[in-house]
Amino acid sequence: MNRFEILRTGRAGSNEQVATPGAVSHRDAPPNPSAAALSDKFGSAIQRREVIWGETIVYVDPAKVHDIIRWLHDDPSQQYDFLSDVTAVEYRDAEVPIEVVWHLRSLPYRRFLRVKVQLPKGQPLEVASVYDIYRAADWLERECYDMFGIRFRGHPDLRRILMWEQYKEGFPLRKDFPLRGRFSRSEQLRQSLAQNPEARYSMEELSIADAYAELPEDMRKRLSLGERTGE
Amino acid sequence: MGLSAPAEHSTVEYAPESQEGWVATRLDFLVNWARANSLWPMPFGTACCAIEFMATAASDFDLARFGMERMSFSPRQADVLICAGRVPFKLAPILRRIWQQMPQPKWCISMGACASSGGMFDNYAVVQGIDTIIPVDVYVPGCPPRPEALIYGIRMLQEKVKNERAADKGTRDEMEPDPTSQLYIPPSVIDELGEPFGNSVNQTRSGL
Amino acid sequence: MSKRTVEVELSTTGLDAHGRPQRVPILTDDGGGGLALQAPAALEPELEGEHMLINIGPQHPATHGVLRLVLELDGETVVRCIPHIGYLHCGFEKIGEYRQYNQIIPWTDREDYLNSIGNNVAFALGAERLFGIEITERCKVLRVIASELSRIMSHLVWLGTFCIDIGAFTPFLWAFQRREEIYRLLEKWVGARLTTSATRVGGMAADIPSGWMDGLRQFVRTFPQTLEEIDRVLTKNAIWVGRTVGLGVMTPDEAINWGLSGPMLRASGVDYDVRKDFPYLDYETYDFEVPVGTNGDVYDRYLVRFEELRQSTRILAQAADRLPDGPVNIDDPRIILPPKSKATSEMESMIHHFKVVMEGPRPPIGESYFAVESPKGEKGYYMVSDGTAKPVRWRIRPPSFVNLAAIPKMVEGHLLSDVIAINASIDIVMGEIDR
Repeated sequence: MNRFEILRTGRAGSNEQVATPGAVSHRDAPPNPSAAALSDKFGSAIQRREVIWGETIVYVDPAKVHDIIRWLHDDPSQQYDFLSDVTAVEYRDAEVPIEVVWHLRSLPYRRFLRVKVQLPKGQPLEVASVYDIYRAADWLERECYDMFGIRFRGHPDLRRILMWEQYKEGFPLRKDFPLRGRFSRSEQLRQSLAQNPEARYSMEELSIADAYAELPEDMRKRLSLGERTGE
Repeated sequence: MGLSAPAEHSTVEYAPESQEGWVATRLDFLVNWARANSLWPMPFGTACCAIEFMATAASDFDLARFGMERMSFSPRQADVLICAGRVPFKLAPILRRIWQQMPQPKWCISMGACASSGGMFDNYAVVQGIDTIIPVDVYVPGCPPRPEALIYGIRMLQEKVKNERAADKGTRDEMEPDPTSQLYIPPSVIDELGEPFGNSVNQTRSGL
Repeated sequence: MSKRTVEVELSTTGLDAHGRPQRVPILTDDGGGGLALQAPAALEPELEGEHMLINIGPQHPATHGVLRLVLELDGETVVRCIPHIGYLHCGFEKIGEYRQYNQIIPWTDREDYLNSIGNNVAFALGAERLFGIEITERCKVLRVIASELSRIMSHLVWLGTFCIDIGAFTPFLWAFQRREEIYRLLEKWVGARLTTSATRVGGMAADIPSGWMDGLRQFVRTFPQTLEEIDRVLTKNAIWVGRTVGLGVMTPDEAINWGLSGPMLRASGVDYDVRKDFPYLDYETYDFEVPVGTNGDVYDRYLVRFEELRQSTRILAQAADRLPDGPVNIDDPRIILPPKSKATSEMESMIHHFKVVMEGPRPPIGESYFAVESPKGEKGYYMVSDGTAKPVRWRIRPPSFVNLAAIPKMVEGHLLSDVIAINASIDIVMGEIDR
């Protein structure tokens, strides 16, 4: 093929014609076939299933979510190969648990599925990371941690991404975090000017980040308490 | 008019009886004319205002005819810092550092509502006006300001530059806030002046 | 000139004797991830040295916003790249929880500011799905026009800045001149050039004025000429090809796994376009093609986006011909403002107006994730409603955020100047990445 021509297709994916959905029902639209397949395969780990505005939502057991997503990715009848999003929702009612939401797409089958996990607020917010299944989860989970404080077990590098790493005010998207922040404006300004952006890229720190697991225990402790090395 | 006692902190020193003869005024005019008509901007563009800045620099509105021919992206070679776009707290030390790296004489244009006052972003993440971090000469309002508005702001800055006088010794001083000055308000007092239930929508000067 | 001299000349620019960029092999582990690079001894047998750490940004002309890249270099070759973002984080999602749905629309402008009217459309579609309302036919066609104009605007900025990063300054000026024409059209329509806020939940802020369609047709007629000019200058240019071919390659499986979308994904050979696969606004009734590349390198991304400009012009021409008459807004005064003449004369309409402005329309309890094909990729708005006028959660699925996460993978083994080219080819908008 001529190097300067690009392959053009008239349409994408498989050969069925897809149309813009019109007049979707609030709760009575037909569910995604994957939801039934999940219930067959995982049984009680699938706690609930809803179809809201045509989108299928599956509520699963937090302990099993990694296996479920792994199955959804690997199984040839499901092939959810594209991770659209990992995010979290906290409701205004303090009793309602925080939900962690995965948006999965199957490009070969043209399906969309939302997987949700509910984490009660009294305990530490932790859920399995899907980094080993989808590399897209790398930054998405880091952002979820930064904004909500949810830890993803198995993520290789879970640190803040949007706020600076020594940000002290908390996790911004939580409902108990006020819109304008917890500190006064002058205090926020003072703390932001005190962050030293250049101190985080010396060779020593980079190699320490890589070798974190092999560091002696007291050094790891000192680093986690915020001691900074390098410049 | 307002002070009950004469102010003892340093004021603008301008002695009218100093040698302001014909040569000095012509020299002032020449230097200011040269500076005003060749302001090299440092576009500190962050968001939408940066796109309008680019549009102003492009063919239809052409900033080059006002002397801003060469966009200097290194602060060491720039005259004007045009802060175009919102500045979050994470970016604040960087803006401060860039300003400190610029050599005198330098000016600053705060382009857009977000740079001037925080704009529509009255929340935990955005600096409520870059004049809390660096001294600003001209504020150009708008969200984003039209290219004509930015050009008007640049013209205002040129007027300001042309009105500087070499005899005015304090113009190019980079002042640190003087805690003994009558004008200084310590941050703790500013925090109290804010509304009691939290950060207010008013811009607070931190005096840092 | 002897062959030896030619080789020396070429190799000083980072190209080998055949004009291909010099490449240092990357060691990969079993999972396909790149490991730390080692330059083969044959290349530089006597030289020893430690790796150099340099910092690009966040204030830098070529990072397309406030992005910070920390590069570990072995000479000029990148061993590792660590991007730092967040320098434009402005709390969009937090403030979305404190605003009514119509009040969020100006926020969608500022988030991906190159695609502002496209974001308005995307948000309005998502909110309308959450409300469960169907918009009018005229509104659909107008929104298609808005989305495609927005795509053209965004790709023109990308083209201009991409050319500047590689070194060609003039296409930037040509592109911005075309953008001024679109700005004039948008200004006639909604009053603003860049931050348009053109849609409302249930319709548009304003209908097009009379004579606007002539302006659009004029643009559609004259725009392909600019594309031809830029094509002639760039596409088969030896310098352009030499600087972009073979850079930043992502294989199709990698691209899907890393969550790439939009032209980044299509350049790698995966034909996934939200307009074709999960259509909205009746896109299946428009006749257009989706360009798909083969190699997944920077040059293919350039070709894909360039072709998308042509296809968008095609869609605009079709939409301009099929615009139906009729109302632009839906006829539900509880959701969208009634016409001003009625609001000032009828009591009921005045009350509706008051409620829509002060309280805001309230959707039923539920949630919706609506994805559109923005110029950067799959742009999604996820909204959760608890029945009140302000959403519980407003999540923006940012395509540039996920696309940029792949940059450490793409730049390993390339030269420093290639990093700039690869970064430019991702087409990032920091407003969207950091929100």
